Amino acid sequence: MDNFKILIVDDENDFRETIIKRLRARKIDIEGADSGPKALEMLDAQDFDVIVLDVKMPGMDGIETLREIKLKKPLVEVIMLTGHASVESGIQGMQLGAFDYVMKPVALDDLMDKLRQANERRLIQLEYHK
Amino acid sequence: MEDKQYRQFRWQITLTKILFSIIPLFILAAALYYHFSVSYTDKVMERLRTLAGNRQASLDLFLDERISQLTTLAYTSTHAELSDEEYLNKVLQIMQARSRSYIDLGVIDQNGDHLAYVGPYHNVLKGVNYRHEPWFDAVLSTGIYVSDVFLGFRKVPHFIIAVVVREKGQNLILRATIDSDVIDNIVHAAWTGTSGDAYLINRENLLQTKPRFGGNLLEPAPGPDFSSTVGTRVEEITYKGETGLFAATQIKIKKWVLVIKEDPKEPLAPLLRAKYLVAFLLLLGLGLIILGSVLTTRTVLNRLIQSDKEKAKSDEVMVHESKMAALGKMAAGVAHEINNPLAVIAEEAGWMKDLLKEDDVAQSQNFKEYQESIKKIEYHVERVKKVTHRLLGFARRMEPTEEKVMVNQILEECVGFLENEARYRNININKELAPDLPTTASDSSQLQQVFLNILNNAIDAMGKDGAITLRTLYQPETRQIAIKITDTGPGMTQETIEKIFDPFFTTKEVGKGTGLGLSISYSIIEKLGGTIYVDSKVSKGTTFTIKLPVR
Repeated sequence: MDNFKILIVDDENDFRETIIKRLRARKIDIEGADSGPKALEMLDAQDFDVIVLDVKMPGMDGIETLREIKLKKPLVEVIMLTGHASVESGIQGMQLGAFDYVMKPVALDDLMDKLRQANERRLIQLEYHK
Repeated sequence: MEDKQYRQFRWQITLTKILFSIIPLFILAAALYYHFSVSYTDKVMERLRTLAGNRQASLDLFLDERISQLTTLAYTSTHAELSDEEYLNKVLQIMQARSRSYIDLGVIDQNGDHLAYVGPYHNVLKGVNYRHEPWFDAVLSTGIYVSDVFLGFRKVPHFIIAVVVREKGQNLILRATIDSDVIDNIVHAAWTGTSGDAYLINRENLLQTKPRFGGNLLEPAPGPDFSSTVGTRVEEITYKGETGLFAATQIKIKKWVLVIKEDPKEPLAPLLRAKYLVAFLLLLGLGLIILGSVLTTRTVLNRLIQSDKEKAKSDEVMVHESKMAALGKMAAGVAHEINNPLAVIAEEAGWMKDLLKEDDVAQSQNFKEYQESIKKIEYHVERVKKVTHRLLGFARRMEPTEEKVMVNQILEECVGFLENEARYRNININKELAPDLPTTASDSSQLQQVFLNILNNAIDAMGKDGAITLRTLYQPETRQIAIKITDTGPGMTQETIEKIFDPFFTTKEVGKGTGLGLSISYSIIEKLGGTIYVDSKVSKGTTFTIKLPVR
């Protein structure tokens, strides 16, 4: 049922890798990137439907990456992931076109719900643009 | 500033104002009084001098006239005629008809014998020889002689005037006795007011007229010795402890001195009145200055205190806000740093949980233990998450926001914070929250701070055993939400109630309270467009009422 492609961008290797393992165990197609530039590179190489993006990363941060992603692929849905649930970065992310934001630590089931919702919106948008 | 400093400041300002106002006032009054006094005294002295000159002229005129009359008589009559008593009597009668001051006339020859005498003492004086009288030689050498006053036989004051008549180498002396009444009258005319005096003295300082007060004829004068006066003197002299204004002037014809004395109180009474008036005005001015200074200083100082208080309040609010902002930043940083590893822990535990679902692991001996252990990890991750989220919530609240708030929910949260403390102290918290309370746009964290402040105060005030009642209700007519927080504590006096929102006012022990809680609460509610007031009765309890607009 979950036949959509996910990219998780987080500089925290342990977190990223474990999430990938757990989601793959749930038959979800997911890739990982440890930085913004890496994510953009991967986005050039292949299509992703939903991107989970950490706000706070060294170098290019989440907001900046989000901006770039939206320039490249406007129809990709982005969920912001943050350890710092400040209202501003959440709102800023939403203003830049992010679907939602979740706060670390997040229960996996909650994250999967958000992923599905994001994908649904993507599909609706896709329909609309056709 | 402290009360003592304000008091000191008040005194400084008041005294400086008074001093700088009084000094010119006193200088002005003193200068005016001095000039008035000098010119007025001058005027009085001048008047006295004129009076003395006037009297002196009258006396001189009188004596001059008598001498002229006698001289005329002497030179218009022959020796024979003068020696004739009948002729002399006729002349005396003519003279007496014009002036009663002549008492008798006598004609004396070179040897001092009376050639003729007309007057009331014929029997006594006719035979008297004047050869050895002191005036006899004087009149022969100077031609004219005026004697001092003496009482004579009748005990009536009089004096004599004698002139010499020369005829064919023979000298005759024409002598007249003059009643000094006229002189007395002239002198007495200078008795001014009720205490002014005037008298004549001779070269021996013996009285020639009777003074008004003290002393008799031919006694020493009742005043300073002016007997050697030449010309006119006017001065203020203190004689025998009494100050008097004295004028002394010499009579030209006879070397008498006319002394006029005035009590300075009488002519100078206007000056004295001026002194009283000046003193009165001075006191009045002084009173006004003091009153004005005190009043204006009070106004100025009250303004100062007011603005100081306001400044202290806003300073405190600012300090508090920046402190809270810094705390918030730190809390956010800490939460973030914890959240990241926490997320890893949670994910790892989740991964382990996922793995446990696989068949082969389920066969493991310790499967149940693993499951239990993971559950505990998840449980405690959840606990830490709650803490960090609360910290982040706290941090978020430090930023001023306006959001839809549910007042009841905020109150519930506050109660949640304090429940343990209240239970420990055996304090019941009753909630009577209106279920249909509308939401309003406000700042939930700041409201929470206010509620927590009041609730904390209530718990502190009661100490142990008691009840707090929270009540909310909606007032549709004013579109306000009312929150009432009532305790059963000891209550407050009116005095305390008046100061309760002042910054730094606290009834708690030193070190326990900053005295800022309610002051900050007040400014918060004010900023949120609401009102806060307190109602309290000693030993009955206290109710805080907060009203918030519904927006």
